Amino acid sequence: MVQSKRSTRTLLQSCARAGRRVFVYRHTVAVRILHWVNFITLTIMLGSGLQIFNAHPALYWGATSQFSHPLLSMDARQDDEGHTWGVTAIGSHSFVTTGVFGWSRGSGGSFTERGFPRWATLPSDTWLAMGRLWHLFFAWILVLNGALYVWLGLISGHLLRDLWLRREDWRRLGRTFLDHLRLRFPQGEEARRYNGLQKLAYVFVIFIVGPLIVLTGLTMSPTIDAGFPWLLWLFHGRQSARTIHFICAMTLFGFFLVHVAMVVLSGLWNNVRSMITGRYAIDTTPSQALEPRHE
Amino acid sequence: MSEIISVRRRRLILGLGAGAGTLLLGGCDRLSNLPQTQNVLGSAQWLTRAAQRALVSRGALAPEFTRADIAPVFRANGTTNPDNPDYQAMAGRGFRDWRLHVDGLVERPKAFSLEDIRSMPAQTQITRHDCVEGWSCIGQWTGPLLSDVLARVVPTREARYVMFFCADPMDSGGDYYYESIDLRTAAHPQTLLAYALNGETLPVAYGAPLRLRLGRQLGYKMAKYVMHIQLVSSYRPFGQGLGGYWEDQGYAWYAGI
Repeated sequence: MVQSKRSTRTLLQSCARAGRRVFVYRHTVAVRILHWVNFITLTIMLGSGLQIFNAHPALYWGATSQFSHPLLSMDARQDDEGHTWGVTAIGSHSFVTTGVFGWSRGSGGSFTERGFPRWATLPSDTWLAMGRLWHLFFAWILVLNGALYVWLGLISGHLLRDLWLRREDWRRLGRTFLDHLRLRFPQGEEARRYNGLQKLAYVFVIFIVGPLIVLTGLTMSPTIDAGFPWLLWLFHGRQSARTIHFICAMTLFGFFLVHVAMVVLSGLWNNVRSMITGRYAIDTTPSQALEPRHE
Repeated sequence: MSEIISVRRRRLILGLGAGAGTLLLGGCDRLSNLPQTQNVLGSAQWLTRAAQRALVSRGALAPEFTRADIAPVFRANGTTNPDNPDYQAMAGRGFRDWRLHVDGLVERPKAFSLEDIRSMPAQTQITRHDCVEGWSCIGQWTGPLLSDVLARVVPTREARYVMFFCADPMDSGGDYYYESIDLRTAAHPQTLLAYALNGETLPVAYGAPLRLRLGRQLGYKMAKYVMHIQLVSSYRPFGQGLGGYWEDQGYAWYAGI
């Protein structure tokens, strides 16, 4: 790591003199490892979570399941002509989702009643016991990985220095948002640090959605409910906790989609490299490059 | 020269990335079928159990609810009418000749009639029932504490688990439902042998004449149609050796989560 830092600095100096492209050391080795462990863990958690959801593909509000009034449900329904449809209902609105939600192809290729389709669940076949094994093992990895990240981030100053939103980040947030919509990403010196929108997205998933998904997951445990009844009060009951858990999972998936889209649009190779080797390239104008930067 | 290296490196890293994706999507699916995977993943239950034991005190109670919270229709799950002629005959006679045998590592093995059970001090609780599938229902359960029943047979010092053997056959191969809990769970003040649901005699669909009720674990631990309770030092000799019918199918023995 010391080696790579030194070579980065040499590169940075030589490139800066040339005035075209400098490399900055963007991600520490700890952040890079934790990032990829987190990626693998969240993928497994999502797939196995959807497998568990499929055992009872309906969500409710409150302590218990009001079976006739789900907030969301995915099931197969037959019409008068004997034709089966996959139906997803959100509140009182129903949508035909044949082939994806409620009614999709099983392992043998024929249609079967299941909430999420085979390609979205781990394992792909309906297998609740195995889904729970994956989920409740990797839940530990997720929490340990997250705790390690926050702990290292606090002692190294990474969280406060790089992620915490400053006054100017808030002030420029509207403008940053409009720039992102036009796919204009920060260049040069501006690209050395995270912009306000990036910081907001990371702070939101790390400090709001992350803790929320862990706490709502724990609230579904009857033993935890006995020891920490305030969790039930906080989330309006076990079934509400299950619903919030699901919404958090979908939010993280939404974050993942936007994250990948941004990675691709703002320079796929540069971003991926920076998360593997730590080096991130910045194109500077000659005038900027003339001023040496001491860090 | 450096261009070639960088292209090679680029290909390598992209290849690794694509490989990792394939491994994740298809690999985990295939790994699921390996007994080793199931063993490793399943071992997390002991960490979960230890953590929950450390965090939640022995006597902490599951939340209790009011009569207004009782589900209008409590969902009946698993076996709802045992396909067992002996059981059906007993049910036809109102379980007059039903006996609960409590034996194993005890000083005074005993057979309880339904009248014996009903004449014991009873507890009534309105608690939430959580199914492993994800749904919850609230019901009112009445029956003696399991610890009171066990006190009458006096478990020996070697006893570590309480086995429940049930009247419902689970397949044509002669496997009957069974379950096991540890003595700590057996001693919990919400662990009942329930003979009534919502103030009425326990219907067949819910495990008549007697079922186990636990406040802090999932539904599959709460054996229905209990015929025989045995105190043992290990649950290994029974069934496939994993402590219960669903445990033998891959579900965790520790169902507190």
